[in-house]
Amino acid sequence: MKAAVIVFPGSNCDRDVMVALGQSMGSDPIMVWHKETSFETVDLIVLPGGFSYGDYLRSGAMAANSPVMREIIHRAENGVPTLGICNGFQVLTESGLLPGVLMRNADLKYICKDIHVRVETAQSLFTARYESGQTLRIPIAHHDGNYFADEATLDRMEEMGQIALRYCDPKGAAIENANPNGSARNIAGVFNESKTVLGMMPHPERLADPALSGNDGRGIFDALVEALS
Amino acid sequence: MSLAASGPQVTPQAVAEHGLDEDEYARILEILGREPNLLELGIFSVMWSEHCSYKSSKKWLKTLPTQAPHVICGPGENAGVIDIGEGYAAVFKMESHNHPSFIEPYQGAATGVGGILRDVFTMGARPIANLNALRFGDPAHPKTRHLVAGVVAGIGGYGNCVGVPTVGGEVNFDPAYNGNILVNAMTVGLAKADRIFYSAAAGAGYPIVYAGSKTGRDGIHGATMASAEFAEGTEEKRPTVQVGDPFTEKLLIEACLELMATDAIIGIQDMGAAGLTCSSFEMASKGGAGVELDLEKVPCREDGMTPYEMMLSESQERMLMVLQPGKQDLARRIFEKWDLDVAVVGHLTDSGRMVIKMNGEVVGDLPIDPLAEASPEYDRPHTPSPARPEIAADDVPAPEDAGDALLRLMATPDLSGKRWIWEQYDHMVMADTIGRPGGDAAVVRVHGSGRALAMTSDCTPRYCEADPRRGGAQAVAESWRNLTAVGARPLALTDNLNFGNPERPEIMGQLVGCIEGMREACEALDYPVVSGNVSLYNETEGKAILPTPVIGGVGLIDDARTRIDNALKQAGEAIVLVGETTGHLGASLYLRDVLGRRDGAPPPVDLAAERRNGEFVRVQIRDGALSACHDLADGGLAVALAEMALAGDIGATLARPAGDNPPLHAWLFGEDQARYLVTVKDGEAFCEAAHGAGVSAVVIGRTGGESLDLPGGQPISLDELRRAHEGWLPAYMERIA
Repeated sequence: MKAAVIVFPGSNCDRDVMVALGQSMGSDPIMVWHKETSFETVDLIVLPGGFSYGDYLRSGAMAANSPVMREIIHRAENGVPTLGICNGFQVLTESGLLPGVLMRNADLKYICKDIHVRVETAQSLFTARYESGQTLRIPIAHHDGNYFADEATLDRMEEMGQIALRYCDPKGAAIENANPNGSARNIAGVFNESKTVLGMMPHPERLADPALSGNDGRGIFDALVEALS
Repeated sequence: MSLAASGPQVTPQAVAEHGLDEDEYARILEILGREPNLLELGIFSVMWSEHCSYKSSKKWLKTLPTQAPHVICGPGENAGVIDIGEGYAAVFKMESHNHPSFIEPYQGAATGVGGILRDVFTMGARPIANLNALRFGDPAHPKTRHLVAGVVAGIGGYGNCVGVPTVGGEVNFDPAYNGNILVNAMTVGLAKADRIFYSAAAGAGYPIVYAGSKTGRDGIHGATMASAEFAEGTEEKRPTVQVGDPFTEKLLIEACLELMATDAIIGIQDMGAAGLTCSSFEMASKGGAGVELDLEKVPCREDGMTPYEMMLSESQERMLMVLQPGKQDLARRIFEKWDLDVAVVGHLTDSGRMVIKMNGEVVGDLPIDPLAEASPEYDRPHTPSPARPEIAADDVPAPEDAGDALLRLMATPDLSGKRWIWEQYDHMVMADTIGRPGGDAAVVRVHGSGRALAMTSDCTPRYCEADPRRGGAQAVAESWRNLTAVGARPLALTDNLNFGNPERPEIMGQLVGCIEGMREACEALDYPVVSGNVSLYNETEGKAILPTPVIGGVGLIDDARTRIDNALKQAGEAIVLVGETTGHLGASLYLRDVLGRRDGAPPPVDLAAERRNGEFVRVQIRDGALSACHDLADGGLAVALAEMALAGDIGATLARPAGDNPPLHAWLFGEDQARYLVTVKDGEAFCEAAHGAGVSAVVIGRTGGESLDLPGGQPISLDELRRAHEGWLPAYMERIA
């Protein structure tokens, strides 16, 4: 299996996801610079967390218009599996590969802590190693993670099984108190219609190693490697 | 036209406005053999400012121990460097950004983080962790909430974007900081031990290259501002505060590290305080070279900037380097790849002078060595702080209920949980933070190795106020203890000495006393100082802050898997108190926050006991004998146990051992030093081993249950304790003013 991690100026979780993904793959993914207009054929594209272009306009907005994104949009539309984590998720919504937007957190503060998410479906390339309904403990670290889409879009996404992860309490209940950022319907991660693109605010690469006090994030990388090798 | 005649005339008023006294101006005349022009005056002013020259503290700083076999580079460079084995080095320093943070908290704190990051990556290290020691005024003061909010947002805004985890620090509140908060930022970086970069540069004709952000009119005279007291109207100085751009800093880190992987760099220096002036002087002076600068080549943010403005601008995110001849294109390619400005702005000479040109015309011409060497050094008069009487525990009233007193302490501004703050900092980016904020010391893995670094910042200003010497020693000892408590071997420290106006003998006495105590502790614990920063004139309208010598400690854990934290792990374990307990209540939090008294001498620091007890505990941790360990400090035994219970969500029952004990409230809340609380399976066996090593240890309770049962008080449920501990800060910050 071959994977590419895209490096935007201001990406800062590129190495972290390279390490976590590399651990599951048994070899390192390639790192692709944002100014590239094409790169070698890969089985998986990862957009890492960070502050692409400083997030000075709107999180992910400038990265969505970078040279490399034209190629990524083309490939993702042709079914190449694409994972966006945190800032990567913001890039995916800004570039139209995923529905909805990510607004400033409801309490207006940056927030970094472990939270719980419920896996809404195990029926995907990304979540096949988990059980549907399983609760994971994974950190979030963002200022703009407040997922929003209009009610009709959300209803349609629910119908299509596009909700990947929801913020929940440790027992798996997606209650308001467990929602760290005001996201609509506690949404923490969403698929595109064909479930080949996943955007998620939590950082699975930060808890993919027992030494970091948790391993719940590793399943995503293991599942991708299993499906794409 | 003579140089002195170019530009506006230097008047006595201009000299005074540049913070130079008559003696200093006379020395300038002697060095130049003529009157300086305004540009030259400005350069003398910043180079001789307290901030850049350490003129009041140098004499005393020299007494601190700076050597050890593992020290690669001690004070004098951008940051200290220590060998941590396996070919790696840790590079670290702490620096204050107190004055700017009071004037403009967000940008002041943000640029403080940016500046200290640059000090570390300038030396070839990738920054891997940030810490922050913060001191604010009385929570009831009308400005405090705004300052806390701004400083925390600024630290987060910068560190989060740059992608370096903010893993630890400390926060105190005291009315003494009402007009003068302290923002001390520390960065720890990781480098290859044989790839350290220094500022010294020599080689006539070698190109001087500028890289990073453009130069603007911001921050002019920041170093001079940081060397003066505050008075009414300080807010008018807001334009002297720099504005940070963490995105550019991130690019600058990556670009510099990429260039450092080649052999292009001779010397490199970030442009911090006094910007282009200080950085070029530093490089040339250390390398024994001369400098010629062509200012028209400096990338500028706006048109029409004068040489004075360019030389003194403190615009952020800029680096100056001397390259091997012929490497300019390589450097240009790397900086342009990262979309950063880059320009050759001059070259080294062998003239020993700094010649500043603008469009070919000489606008400044200064001798380098005389300026650096003649920088003033003062032996300022100092009077020792009056000794305070020791307070006998029997003379301190006991609380009606020990549990109530504990609840009260846990909810005070100083002891309350700081989660509201550190959850706004990305403390996990880089995926190597194995010991997160909230513990005794943060622990970060050495990426790609089995080792880990522990780091902490410590100071107890109320002890330093009561007895500077004890307070200085205690700050070092507590730092050493906090590293030990996670299983690390303390290797070296950086210090950030924050004091009032050194021209007042009683303030100078605090500085001298604290340094004396630090020296004793550093020597006794083999814990050298490798870098540091001094911030003086922390006064507003004649009122000084508490003496605050902050210690930033770094330790090494050889096998990261052996590190432990302070959370209780399971029910049924023995709780053991290591170290002697006399029940010292002078200058304690119990005295201050429960009884409203600020008197008494602080606890003595027995450095031999510190060392003996700490070394015993560290070996026990390494051998896997302990399940949890916590250093005893503010609030004493009861507070430490409460913190351990909350961290592990497991209760505990405490019982006083039979025998000679101080009064119960002194036993619970006394702040004797050199102590740890640990949990073990077999308490008796552990105590026997301790006694064999000459270490005092006694079983004082068992873990388990959902409450904390103290002798002399009603049980406190963990829920109630947590509400008290976690409740204060969010409630304070989110109250509608």
